[in-house]
Amino acid sequence: MAATTFGWLVLLCPIVGTVIIALGYKRLPGRTPGWIATAAIGLSFVCAIVMLVKLLDRPEAHRQLTSSLWNYASSVGVDAKLQILVDPLSVFMVLVVSGVSTLIHLYSVSYMAGDRGYSRFFAYLNYFVFSMLLLLLAGNFLLLIVGWAFVGAASYLLISFWYRRTTATRAGIKAFVINVVGDVGLVLGTFFIFTHTGTLDFLKTFAVAPHVFHHDSTDLVVGCLLLLVGAFAKSAQIPFHTWLPDAMEGPTPVSALIHAATMVTAGVYLIARMHPLFELAPTAADVGAVGGCLTLLIAGTIGLAVTDIKRVIAYSTMSQIGYMIMGVAAGAYSGALFLLMAHAFFKALLFMAAGSLISAMAGNQSLDRMSGFRRALPFTFACFVIGGMALSGLPPFSGWFSKDDILAYLNHRGGGFEIMGIAGYIGAILTAIYTFRMIFRAFFGEPCPEAKELEEGHLAHAEVPTNPQTGEVEDTDVGFPGPEHHIAEREWPMKIAMGALAALATVGGFLQIPGVDDAIRRFLAPSFATSRLAAAAPSTGADWIGLVIGAAIAVTGVAVAYRIWVLAPGTAAVVRERFAPLYRLFVNKWYFDELIDLAIVRPVAWFGQVTDTVLDRDLTTSVTTGGTVSVVDALSAAVRRAQTGFLRYYVALMLLGISGVVIYFLVSS
Amino acid sequence: MAIGWYLVVSALIFAIGAAGVLVRRSPLVILLCLELMLNAANLALVAFSRMWGGEDGQVFALIVMVVAACEVTVGLGLIVAMHRRRLPIDVDDLRELQG
Amino acid sequence: MSAVLFFIAAIGAVTGAIGVVMLRNQFYSVLALVFHLVSLAALFLLLRAEFVAAAQVIVYAGAVMVLYVFVVAYVGGGEEMPTRSGLRIIGPLLALALAVELCVAMLGTALKGISGKGAPYLPGFGTPEHIGKLFLTKYLFPFEVASLLLLVAAIGAIVLARRRRGLDPDEEAQARVHRPLPAWVGSMAEAGGIHFEEADGSPESEPVRSQG
Repeated sequence: MAATTFGWLVLLCPIVGTVIIALGYKRLPGRTPGWIATAAIGLSFVCAIVMLVKLLDRPEAHRQLTSSLWNYASSVGVDAKLQILVDPLSVFMVLVVSGVSTLIHLYSVSYMAGDRGYSRFFAYLNYFVFSMLLLLLAGNFLLLIVGWAFVGAASYLLISFWYRRTTATRAGIKAFVINVVGDVGLVLGTFFIFTHTGTLDFLKTFAVAPHVFHHDSTDLVVGCLLLLVGAFAKSAQIPFHTWLPDAMEGPTPVSALIHAATMVTAGVYLIARMHPLFELAPTAADVGAVGGCLTLLIAGTIGLAVTDIKRVIAYSTMSQIGYMIMGVAAGAYSGALFLLMAHAFFKALLFMAAGSLISAMAGNQSLDRMSGFRRALPFTFACFVIGGMALSGLPPFSGWFSKDDILAYLNHRGGGFEIMGIAGYIGAILTAIYTFRMIFRAFFGEPCPEAKELEEGHLAHAEVPTNPQTGEVEDTDVGFPGPEHHIAEREWPMKIAMGALAALATVGGFLQIPGVDDAIRRFLAPSFATSRLAAAAPSTGADWIGLVIGAAIAVTGVAVAYRIWVLAPGTAAVVRERFAPLYRLFVNKWYFDELIDLAIVRPVAWFGQVTDTVLDRDLTTSVTTGGTVSVVDALSAAVRRAQTGFLRYYVALMLLGISGVVIYFLVSS
Repeated sequence: MAIGWYLVVSALIFAIGAAGVLVRRSPLVILLCLELMLNAANLALVAFSRMWGGEDGQVFALIVMVVAACEVTVGLGLIVAMHRRRLPIDVDDLRELQG
Repeated sequence: MSAVLFFIAAIGAVTGAIGVVMLRNQFYSVLALVFHLVSLAALFLLLRAEFVAAAQVIVYAGAVMVLYVFVVAYVGGGEEMPTRSGLRIIGPLLALALAVELCVAMLGTALKGISGKGAPYLPGFGTPEHIGKLFLTKYLFPFEVASLLLLVAAIGAIVLARRRRGLDPDEEAQARVHRPLPAWVGSMAEAGGIHFEEADGSPESEPVRSQG
């Protein structure tokens, strides 16, 4: 069977999983939906591996395969087909997505147990994986847009999973609206490109693009900028990022899967896939790189100040995606995708560990209340440390190799990119600091009451379940989190999943050691064969220099964090006082939410208000409808007076009419 | 005589019938004037039939006669019913059927 | 010769028409119409429409007018109020306008046949044979529909003019069973002053003048 057949199988497994779970949600007992979902994605992963093997069997020049099931419309000048593209880039992404998804499903089997919406969760999760795989395997803009929209919908469904929580539903709507803004950008961008190329197919578009667009042509730049809007909205980059921290309202596995490993990387994938177009429109690419750079810095600073543990990890995701976007926009394709893979591993691991920690805290997520869990949660602590070290870029973890691959490339490219490279190093210090801030605050120091309880072997439970953000009282029925809390130390599925990711985070970096093996770059080469930028890779020596600098920076960051939070615990408060305005800026997330509220939300709400009262009520109903009605009423009252009942009156009118008609015909002839 | 003469006579009779419908108050006489108008039409039809040479006009005239007979039947039946119920046989007083 | 006959018949028709409109007594109006119909039959004969002329006399002047006579005898004879003054003037004026218009329309057309005496005469024109052939071949459908129309009209007339005692058919049936109607019961007899006792003994109510 061809590689593309396995591509279709990869897509089929999750959607079949969704259907089975959705249809049997009342009848499947206990944890069965979870196992079915995990099996479905696991099967998908196996098919992805087979797809990889079959692709590697082929010679390098023939590794871009398409397979089309049917044409939607071939006669109206639009080649809309149900088509997938199996090439190294998509296979790489599919492997990462399906692999990490399998582990997260495994984790969720026990993490979400006890929740009344268990089956619904897994149905949604499978649906999400299906949409993401569809997005990645799409062979033309049509399926890409479809997958893009589905992913947004799945994200909304999963963020507002605990739908009776107002904060969750509001977050879901916010995420969805910003995603839709991105969708509009994506569709408009597609249109701009399509008007010139005349085809929706990826391979054909890329082949035709150099002939149809001259260097930096306006239409292409606008189209690519619109694509960037889509990418930025999906990947939570400035200024479309405000949804990501709020999306932490969803259950932790959702945060791990969607908002760390998969959905937010869709923007990176988009830019990587569209690299021929971006290389023809350097202006757009530069805008993208600057956006990524700004994001990584701003998110890094915010991560220093917030106290909700999931939000710290969310901002770190935003920051790392900033690196990736900066990388793909500048031309460091394999580096950025390498970081994508490594980031999927260690970020999912961090979220899983955070989930375990939050369970130990009986649902509370605030760093202010956590401390000293080292002895109570040893496995979680180990995973957190491994993930943190990978995130900070400490050798020899995967984050070190991948992040510094990008930064070395940027420095090699020179010019403005070198500045971005330096910004990247600054971001790396910030990353190390806030990551280890999180670890030191939660696991070191005096054990908090929950930690003490757990050391005695008793998992803390809240008397009355409350919303961790607002403190509202809840219950444990459907629509709210379940009554059970699961920690990794006690649940073997969680242990296996976290262990696997920890192992991958540790050794994953060895896939691309400069000068030793270039596995990822060589594997991805056929996808980027026509790219000028990809070919201009820095030398091994430059790579190693970058790696050493990166390691030094990471170690410095960890040391700083250690000093502030472990050695001298009061330092943080002192620093906060000294730099109070800065601190306020960071804690309030650089006031982006307030700005967007002022600039967009309020005017739109006001406009809606005006439309409702003036336009709809006054103009349409009273004036137009009411006015028309009263005019018709008056007219009919006038006409009614002709109905007298006198027979001869009617006859006279008839005769009058006849005379009139005859005169008309006489005159006109 | 030229066909035009017959048509003029037909027009005159039609006009007289129309005047009668407008002027008289008894439904019976109004029906009679209606008959006048129908007959005028018949005359016109037969005249044209003579002009063209085909009997189609005459067939039409016969059908008109049938229709006139039916209409008279029903109209007179109405008048009888009105009389039975002691209603005034006066077109100006019977005007509840408006519109 | 035919011109003389034409003028006699035409004047007769118009006179009859004027008589219908202007005579005060309804019965005289009916008679005037009969005269008009017969004149019209003469005009038809002049136009070589033999069958139509015969039908006119037999059906129209014969059957329909007799119907009128019956109804006038039954109903008519009442004093008719004069017309309202408005319509008295407008009516004839409208009619005059109409007549002038029609004449202008008909005579002013470019139809050449109007000024001629008609198409060349084919033997058998207007005979029952030709008309019958047309009725049974070309105009079969109107022929059948006309018969249906006659049926409907007949039923309609019966329904309209039947006697009704009350709205309850059971009561009526009961009355008929208990007390067979005497032979002389009927509206004409009632008009003559003879009343019939109701089944429950109460005399027939007085005639009520409707408000109109």
